[in-house]
Amino acid sequence: MKALKFDPLNIVICGIGGQGNVLASEVVGSAMNDRGYHVAVGETYGASQRGGSVMSHVRVSADKEMCVLIPSGEAHIIIGFEPLETLRMARKYAGPDTMIVYDPRPVYPLGVLQGIQTYPSMEDITEEIRSLSAAAYAVPAADIAMEVGDSRSANIALLGAFTQLPDSPLSREDLEKILTQRFRGAVLELNQRAFAMGCEAVSGKGGAV
Amino acid sequence: MFNMEWTMTANAPGQVCLMQGNEAIVRGAVEAGINFAASYPGSPSSQVLTMLGKIAGERNFYAEWSTNEVCAMEACVGASLANARALCIVKQNGLLCVADALHCGAQHGVKGGLVVVTSDDPSAHSSTNEFDSRYQAMSASLPMLEPTSMQETKDMIPYAFELSERTKQIVIVRLTTRVCHGRGNVTLGPLPEKPHPLQTVGEWDRLVCVSYKHADMLRKLDALRQEFESCPFNHYTGPEQPKELIVAGGTGRLYAQEAIRRLGLEDRVGLLSLATVWPLPEQYILSHLKGVEKVLTLEEVDPVLEHNLEAIAGRNQLRVTFSGRSDGALPKIGELDPDNVMAAVSALTGAALPEKRPTSELELPERDLTFCAGCPHRATFYLLKKVMRQEKHPGAVVGDIGCYIMSGQSAGHFAFQACNCMGSGVNLAEGLGQLTNYGLDQKVVTVCGDSTFFHTIMPGLVNATYHNANMLLMVLDNSATAMTGFQPHPGTGFTAMGAQVKPMNIQKIVEAIGCDVEVADPFDVENTEKVLRRLLHKSGMNVLIMRQPCATLMSKQSRKKSRVYVDQSKCQGEGCGCDKYCSRVWGCPGNTWDFQNNKAYIDPVTCVGCGVCAKLCPNGAIKVEGGEDA
Repeated sequence: MKALKFDPLNIVICGIGGQGNVLASEVVGSAMNDRGYHVAVGETYGASQRGGSVMSHVRVSADKEMCVLIPSGEAHIIIGFEPLETLRMARKYAGPDTMIVYDPRPVYPLGVLQGIQTYPSMEDITEEIRSLSAAAYAVPAADIAMEVGDSRSANIALLGAFTQLPDSPLSREDLEKILTQRFRGAVLELNQRAFAMGCEAVSGKGGAV
Repeated sequence: MFNMEWTMTANAPGQVCLMQGNEAIVRGAVEAGINFAASYPGSPSSQVLTMLGKIAGERNFYAEWSTNEVCAMEACVGASLANARALCIVKQNGLLCVADALHCGAQHGVKGGLVVVTSDDPSAHSSTNEFDSRYQAMSASLPMLEPTSMQETKDMIPYAFELSERTKQIVIVRLTTRVCHGRGNVTLGPLPEKPHPLQTVGEWDRLVCVSYKHADMLRKLDALRQEFESCPFNHYTGPEQPKELIVAGGTGRLYAQEAIRRLGLEDRVGLLSLATVWPLPEQYILSHLKGVEKVLTLEEVDPVLEHNLEAIAGRNQLRVTFSGRSDGALPKIGELDPDNVMAAVSALTGAALPEKRPTSELELPERDLTFCAGCPHRATFYLLKKVMRQEKHPGAVVGDIGCYIMSGQSAGHFAFQACNCMGSGVNLAEGLGQLTNYGLDQKVVTVCGDSTFFHTIMPGLVNATYHNANMLLMVLDNSATAMTGFQPHPGTGFTAMGAQVKPMNIQKIVEAIGCDVEVADPFDVENTEKVLRRLLHKSGMNVLIMRQPCATLMSKQSRKKSRVYVDQSKCQGEGCGCDKYCSRVWGCPGNTWDFQNNKAYIDPVTCVGCGVCAKLCPNGAIKVEGGEDA
């Protein structure tokens, strides 16, 4: 296991209700608890299970008790399931050391489809995400998930990408082991494929923006 | 890595687990050896009874999803009479529902320990309102505790049961969303070998609410105040004689601790963490207020603690300046967070805040909540709005509490004009419906879900039917308590402990009450529109059951979904007279727009294959292929 580069280490996981980011935060939090760290996780989700902005905060420390929310500007890693939500959270939580992995596939808010709101251009979003972070990687997680055969494995692809960041407290091997503990049979197999493709999206540097 | 059942039931003292606050309640209840648990789902504490139901068999206690909170609370009082340790779990609004039982119970007290866990939702993340449940403890003269971490949450439950039995009084534990939905390390304690021993209800056992017990209740409150002078959950950290003191209730402690650390104020500012919400230990508080010049109070929702501290200081002629929720040091609305607490600590001490980085001016659209793809409510409100628009006068539509509350927003075409509390819709509509005999010329409609129907609609339905109000009640029967996570209700045919039971039929209940009732399928848009129009013009009290299972419930079943897609050669895009009907008006998250080709597009990740949009496209450009019926 890697040592913590920052203490506390702060991870923001953000997306839209129903994309699986609560599972992602629970997997990372449990793994760090099992390694003997102090862990605090805060999950923010609204009345609906789907549609609204959803966010989890995962905080890890060797020795400190922490509140479950990350202070503004203090995130070290942002895992984003959707570009608009990634930018929204980067504006609030990114600091000079923040690294970002995110799915660049837009999910339009209802108001955009109704023509009463405007979704910013992808160029503007990408540019600002890059300017707010030390490094940012676009990982086509939903496309990967569709390719392996289950749209729900997008979160696993993003967790793969996360392990390739230098500040990740969990290595590729750590999370591969957790996958084998959590899933069985065909679901395990497709999650392993999604995970590997997520890893490669960052390690191959193809996703750097 | 342990699963939930293991974490909740393992006799492994000393093991450290990552636990959600709601799980910590469950673990604490198991360590306390509870005999009885009852609840009605309400976020943020909905998960508690779901988990209790799963492990009840193994730990030999009874767990029930009650029909409403009053049933749950009063069943717990009954169980207490047989010396059972009983746990009632409610959210803030549920605590108001049980207020009568709580106030009566405070007068007659308990035999077996009775603990009520209430979850407040500051910022109203999953609620219609913010509410501070501490007023209920003060009003009922009941003791209330509030934990600051997951570990304290777990430890506080056995303590609360022991306190309840020793003082013969109901104990309330107040949680907030950040505890319920947060996770933290929890060290497990030992489990009892057997649940708490039951006792026969003796001939002279009495839990009776009579007025002369008022004095008993006040004596118990005084004894509790004494007890709380040395409560192990209250603690102080910081210098011996600070000039500036932070008094924190609940989650405030951890925010304060972090702000003090980040601003480097450990040697200067004191932090008093108070778990005893009510009654307040006055001597303990005074010992920490003496010599202090400025106090910042951190608490969720209202300045309840702050005002009580002011009263204590006033009674004892202390010259202390107070700040917090009441004077703008902290916002009056919304939850505490690391930023607003750090700003308040900075204002208290003059310590400089870290600089904020500028961001661009680019405007980011907010994301409104919406019905899930394939949700039957979308079709219901689409049809209702369509039919109502064709009426001479605009209709009056009254909402209720459930996922369908989103019909008050764009997701449901801004369908309703009023929505009060759970189960109120039928009564609001009855009031309007009676006025149609006195010159009000409007069609009156209200909606409720199937779980809400059982919760509190039934008495209102009896009332409206008996008095023959001119109104239509639409029961949106999606076979689920969907908003809170698919808990069983009397219509579902199963219980919290997994037993298969005979489901109650809403249609037969309505018929037995003597009200005219029809059933329609919201996905059969053509026929249902006709039924709806006919019923709107039928006088008297009418019920229409809109029956179609919840899309999320359906997606949990392994059935092959239909492929729904846009034949872009047939879609005329913006050139079609429909003005993007599928994505703009219908508004399903699955119906999106291909901005490159300027044509409609169905997102295969989101679409669940209900196929309703195919019936609405004027050009027949939306195709449905394959799939199995449910």
